[in-house]
Parts: sequence; C-alpha cells; structure tokens
Amino acid sequence: MKARITVTLKTGVLDPQGKAIEHALDGLGFEGVNSARQGKLIELDLEETDKDTAMAQVTQMCEKLIANTVIENYAIELE
Amino acid sequence: MQASVIVFPGSNCDRDVAVALQEVMGRPCDMIWHGNSTVPQTDLIVLPGGFSFGDYLRSGAMAAQSPIMKDVVAKAKAGVPVLGICNGFQVLTESSLLPGALMRNRDIKFLCKDVLLTVERADTIFTAKYKQGEVIRIPIAHHDGNYFADQDTLSQLENDGLVAFRYADKQGQTEATSNPNGSQNNIAGIYSPDLKVLGLMPHPERLISDQLGGQDGRLMFESLVEALS
Repeated sequence: MKARITVTLKTGVLDPQGKAIEHALDGLGFEGVNSARQGKLIELDLEETDKDTAMAQVTQMCEKLIANTVIENYAIELE
Repeated sequence: MQASVIVFPGSNCDRDVAVALQEVMGRPCDMIWHGNSTVPQTDLIVLPGGFSFGDYLRSGAMAAQSPIMKDVVAKAKAGVPVLGICNGFQVLTESSLLPGALMRNRDIKFLCKDVLLTVERADTIFTAKYKQGEVIRIPIAHHDGNYFADQDTLSQLENDGLVAFRYADKQGQTEATSNPNGSQNNIAGIYSPDLKVLGLMPHPERLISDQLGGQDGRLMFESLVEALS
C-alpha cells in the first residue's frame, strides 16, 4: 500500500518561501494568484495491506517525525 | 565542572564550544557521539551548532530522534542543565524540551553576521556574569532562526520571564528593524520553566577572546563554570 503525505504550514504561520513564489509569479506576468503556500510531499511504500492499520501507523509517523505539529498540518492519502 | 558536548553527523561548532568551555573550565569536555545511548555523569550538556543530518526534513528533526536524545531529555527533566546553540536550539524545540519552532528566516537568506542582543535576565546559571538589560554582540549564522510559537505559548514565555535574549539595537530597543530573521517578539533565545535549559540562535562560543574579535560570549561560559563548579 502506498501513502502520500502532504505537509503544509498552518494557516497564520508566515511562509516566506510561498511569498517568494507569489512574487516571482507576479514578476513573470501571471496575474490573479491570490496567494502561494509551499509544502512537502512524502511518499511511503508500506508493507501493510489493511487501510485502517496503515492509517494509524502513518498518523503516528507524522506525529512523531514527518510533521512538526507546532507549525505544520499533514494530510494522508492511502492507495 | 564536567561538560559533555553531543556530536551529531553534520555538527560543526562542537569543537568551538568545547574549546570555549575548556578555556574557562581548565579541563576538556567529553565529546559524546549521537549514536550512544547514555551521557556519562555530567554537570552540563551542550547541543552544538551545525547542520545535523544535513537539515533533512526540518532543521534538528533527525537529530531529535537520535539514540542519545532519549537520555538528554531524561537528564534535562531530572535537572541537568542543557545549552543548545543554533542547531542545538532547533534540536531542543524538535525534542519538545523547549516550546515553539525555528522556521526559515523571514527574508529566506542565510544570515552570517554579528547582531546585538539584550540580556533579558541576569539571574540564571547561563547569564549571572552579565548585567540585566545589557546589550551584547554575538554572531549569528543560520538559515532557520525565525522563532515561532502560538499566541498562548508566547504569552506564557513572556509572562513567566522565559525569554533569554532579544535582537536589539545599540540602545537595547527591540524594534522590528533590529530583528534579523523575523522572530516573534525579537526572540533570540528562551529558557525552560526551571531555567536549566537554554536554547539560543546566536553563537557565544565564537566570541570568547579578543583574537576572535571580542569576549561577549565568554561570560556565558564563565557564568556556567561559576554556577556548576
């Protein structure tokens, strides 16, 4: 089973890299970008085949290491 | 006094801080490899600056999971003083020994320069040789030094007097213009509630003699030796 984890900064946490992307897009003439936020995508290949067990495992991984929940949110997709 | 410096792959200020401590202690530090499971009997644990594990995932995130950190956390909770400098501060927040997080600098640039700091309190084991409110000059060298905590945590740090140093100007004013990296409330360093754990982004070990350009950092090590000997 594969897990895709998207880690993003929480709303309200300043994202200087997202801001830089926003300004660069504006500089390139792309109009209408209200805001840009940068995050991380982490893909895991898991041995587990049961969805619920995998979700519980990956949630623990996110809480312990993959995300810093002081500043980041995470979303898990399994397939 | 005996001090232990934890060495991670990618630490690069471990020897600098060991030299600084040896200068004032008169004896060498124990250098402890991150893969060890225990820190031998010691009066002070130092988490040095550098780029442990290449700053992969987040600065300090991998080092916080090192085998040695379980014992560092246990010893800190038992009252052994811990000093985390730069990457060491990031490891302390990632290990939850200190609250908040250190994010990418506001202007997305690596900063390597001297900054001015106010000494917020001079009654701790780390700062007894300074004067309260004194402005000191210490170098910074970091990419991720932008201190962030939620409003409740920030209020608690302020109300409990746990801010150790703030970025300031010559007069000790902590305006936005003297804030190099976007840290909330100009915070450059914080204490744990028992004042035994200090994390700071500036590098006191880099200014311990006139040959290095000044001695403003030396007083921190002298304070520690006086308090812990």
